[in-house]
Amino acid sequence: MGRYIIRRLLQFIPTALGTMLLLHYITSLAIQFSGNPVRALFGDRQPPPAMIDAITKRLGYDDPCLDQKGSLCIKLFGERLQSVFLHFDFGINLRMRPVTDLVAEAIPFTLKIVLVAIIFEAVVGIAAGVIAGLRGGSFSDYLVKISTVFLISVPIFVLGIVVREYVGVKFGNTLRGQDWIPDVISSGVFASGFKLEYPFASLIIPGLVLGATSLATTARLTRTSIMENIRADYVRTAKAKGLANKRVIGVHTLRNSLIPVITYLGVDLGALMGGAVVTETIFNVPGIGRLVTQAARTGEAPVVIGVVTMLALVFLVTNLIVDLLYAVLDPRIRYE
Amino acid sequence: MSDLTSAAAAVGGEAAAPTPTGPAPAGKKEASASLWADARRQLVRDPVFVVAAIYILLVTSMALFPWLWTRTDPRACDVKFHRTPPNAEHIFGTNILGCDYYAFNVYGARPSLAIAILATTGIVVIGGLSGLLAGYFGGWVDAIISRIMDIFFSLPFLLGAIVFLVVVKDQTIFTLAFVLVLLAWPTIARIMRSSVISSKNLDYVHAAKAVGATNGRLMFRHILPNAIAPMLVYATITLGSFVSAEATLTFLGVGLQAPAQSWGIAIAQHQVYFLEDPWLLLFPCGLLVGTVLSFILMGDALRDALDPKLR
Amino acid sequence: MTKTDVTASIDALPDLDHSAPLLQVKDLHVEFRTRNGLAHAVNGVNLSLQAGESLAILGESGCGKSVTAQAIMGIIDSPPGYITQGEILYRGVDLLKLPEAQRRKVRANKIAMIFQDALSALNPVFTVGFQLAELFRKHRGMSRQESRQRAIELLDLVKIPAAKQRINDYPHQFSGGMRQRVMIAMALALDPEVLVADEPTTALDVTVQAQIMALLAELQRERNMGLILITHDMGVVADVADRISVMYAGRVIEEAGVHDIYSTPAHPYTKALLQSIPRIDLKGQELHVIKGLPPALTDIPAGCSFNPRCGYVQDVCRADPPPPRYPVAPGRTSACHFWKEVKGDE
Repeated sequence: MGRYIIRRLLQFIPTALGTMLLLHYITSLAIQFSGNPVRALFGDRQPPPAMIDAITKRLGYDDPCLDQKGSLCIKLFGERLQSVFLHFDFGINLRMRPVTDLVAEAIPFTLKIVLVAIIFEAVVGIAAGVIAGLRGGSFSDYLVKISTVFLISVPIFVLGIVVREYVGVKFGNTLRGQDWIPDVISSGVFASGFKLEYPFASLIIPGLVLGATSLATTARLTRTSIMENIRADYVRTAKAKGLANKRVIGVHTLRNSLIPVITYLGVDLGALMGGAVVTETIFNVPGIGRLVTQAARTGEAPVVIGVVTMLALVFLVTNLIVDLLYAVLDPRIRYE
Repeated sequence: MSDLTSAAAAVGGEAAAPTPTGPAPAGKKEASASLWADARRQLVRDPVFVVAAIYILLVTSMALFPWLWTRTDPRACDVKFHRTPPNAEHIFGTNILGCDYYAFNVYGARPSLAIAILATTGIVVIGGLSGLLAGYFGGWVDAIISRIMDIFFSLPFLLGAIVFLVVVKDQTIFTLAFVLVLLAWPTIARIMRSSVISSKNLDYVHAAKAVGATNGRLMFRHILPNAIAPMLVYATITLGSFVSAEATLTFLGVGLQAPAQSWGIAIAQHQVYFLEDPWLLLFPCGLLVGTVLSFILMGDALRDALDPKLR
Repeated sequence: MTKTDVTASIDALPDLDHSAPLLQVKDLHVEFRTRNGLAHAVNGVNLSLQAGESLAILGESGCGKSVTAQAIMGIIDSPPGYITQGEILYRGVDLLKLPEAQRRKVRANKIAMIFQDALSALNPVFTVGFQLAELFRKHRGMSRQESRQRAIELLDLVKIPAAKQRINDYPHQFSGGMRQRVMIAMALALDPEVLVADEPTTALDVTVQAQIMALLAELQRERNMGLILITHDMGVVADVADRISVMYAGRVIEEAGVHDIYSTPAHPYTKALLQSIPRIDLKGQELHVIKGLPPALTDIPAGCSFNPRCGYVQDVCRADPPPPRYPVAPGRTSACHFWKEVKGDE
């Protein structure tokens, strides 16, 4: 097991460095071919030249290697690495605010919807998948198969818009018209977007939307896994041991079937952080996703790169943890 | 956006825990040939597959030969008639700029499908080749290719796309397709790699090697035909995911821009009118969801047909 | 339902007849409803087993021997498999008519089974100790401590060294032979009266095969168990079995004592099987093969199912009804119209 851990850690380090190099290279290429972007960031406004210089210097865009097209700018990369890992400096935005501050403000909201999404997708997804898997070919199986396929086919932004308009606006208005429904529900849960007064309640529906596609995948994965495992030899042995059906399925089959599902959920956690982009845009949640989209629209590349670098590292760490978790769940992996 | 991980997981859980799925042959090409023949026979008899395939053919014909579907010029717009509901003259009504919406949607099929097809071809070639090399040679070739795969894997899909598109600044069909390829090739590479690894150990491959087959011959004539099935299934499903992805990126503002015409643009432009004029969203959404659904159903049917365990 | 009512229920089974044969299978029919049609896996099988006796069921792949074993255990997946006819009598009680709850208790307690590939037959994510102990916890209501202790004793019984340490190992950490011993330990845990062994040595190499068969024989003797050994390997059978039932296309086509079968087979199929065993004193001669292939179970020929491949075939063989079990001698039958010629030819 120790060897497995060490091997994974050794794989993690070059990958993390490689990701940062990739992002760094993209930014450098862009600057090398289109010139200093700082001036363009301001659009039509005329900031004082001193400000432009300050930002340029701060972001390291005055490095001479950025005049050579195609150069990897290793020295600059080294400096960037230092600022990231030693000073936790991921860059600044137009108003000279550090990206780390922006992220710190935005992260609580994103974490809340991701939490709602993961709980939703895990509980409902696994339950639906288990029922469908055990009753292969029955009505409930077809129901699950069809609804999950639909859920996967509908792009998340379409789902989000439809939910927002029908549930948040139309249905919400009906609720808000009734006096006997508590405000937390009518204006909080069924709000048409994020509401500061109900920071948690108004994030429930966006969380459900965010988790919807992943729920479909979780259900399908669980279903397939159960259907494969239920025909496995060891299940036959468990039956031959005279164990109750409940135990054969609930202990023996499930424990094996859930391995790929749990690993998927772990990986999805990182993916949801990135996928919240659409949901946050639609429901106006001031989270990381919206931060990135807005920065992208105004062309503030440093913010985009800074946030994405951070999230990529988070993603890598999550994947590392998931891989280690996989070894805990499946003893066969430990001794590879 | 977990669309692609969904698609990968839909191939049977390969995304998280690669398990051998290559069909175990009884006698090299003979078994492969009959597996494909059996699969073809089964698919043709599957009503879901046939309906989905017909839908895709219809949509493709919209993309390739839009003039077969409508005589109206989608750019002949008159703002005076904007947002009229469906009527005899404009069967889908008109959009906010007063263009015939039916024509808009028909012509909109082309960029959406073009991007999907270009990008899927790209990932099949690049991802397939990388996976084949990594799986076949193992050792440091595998180590390097896998690390590169991991690097691209670490970028969450939507965010990665936003990064590339923000920096590239040029939003055409080709840049979008390129970005999609860049972000999605590792998943196919991983599927291919695990198929190849499990096919590599089959007895008949050892036999071919013992008779002196070269690396190239082993890879392409013996291992590839076996390992290709999961990749094919995934590619079919990915076609759908990419159509969805283009629409999502356009919706976020980093995809195609007006005056280009695609389903994504139609949805993005009209999202605020949903409650008042629902048809403005209904038609492009319907076409879009239908296309994605069809690809996924075809992929599912393909996987069931190619899985020898279900025989 | 409390955990300790198991033994009580079994002894309270109605009409347990201790003078009846330990296990009897009468006219068993099992069919599978598949995509390609109805597969007749078992078509009228009759078996009988006494305490302390070893019965070998011999036949090629697909002849229905494993399905018969699974029917005895009651673990056929349904759908797609269905027992359409027949009786399975344990000491005179028809198991097929028992409610599932009681049937379940007969499993492992009275009739146990071991499988061919121990690696896939054991649950890969639980330790060997867990899988052994759970039998005691669930069937006998023992505590964790006690069942763990019993599990260690079982591993000792099947001669696995360092049992106390290995109890915490996972199945894939054992070698093939050791794993099979673990399976045997699991089957014997609750002291069953019948052990069904489905190709227990097919996945092992020859030296290990011999060890496992020796172990099985020893344990059977000690416990006076009935043993049903399912195999396609005639070499394995010769050492261990008292009687042999040869199966083909879902039917028993010959039953005899082991010596009789080898010296004077009374069915063309058995005879052909024996002839196709390579013999060192016939070195240099061409190998005997039985021409043709066993029939697909969805398409079994009318009459005697062996007729397309038989050297003694006549018209009567091709027509229904299939040949009955002709008595050849006391305790010996053959399902061939011409068994006298076949036997006399020797």
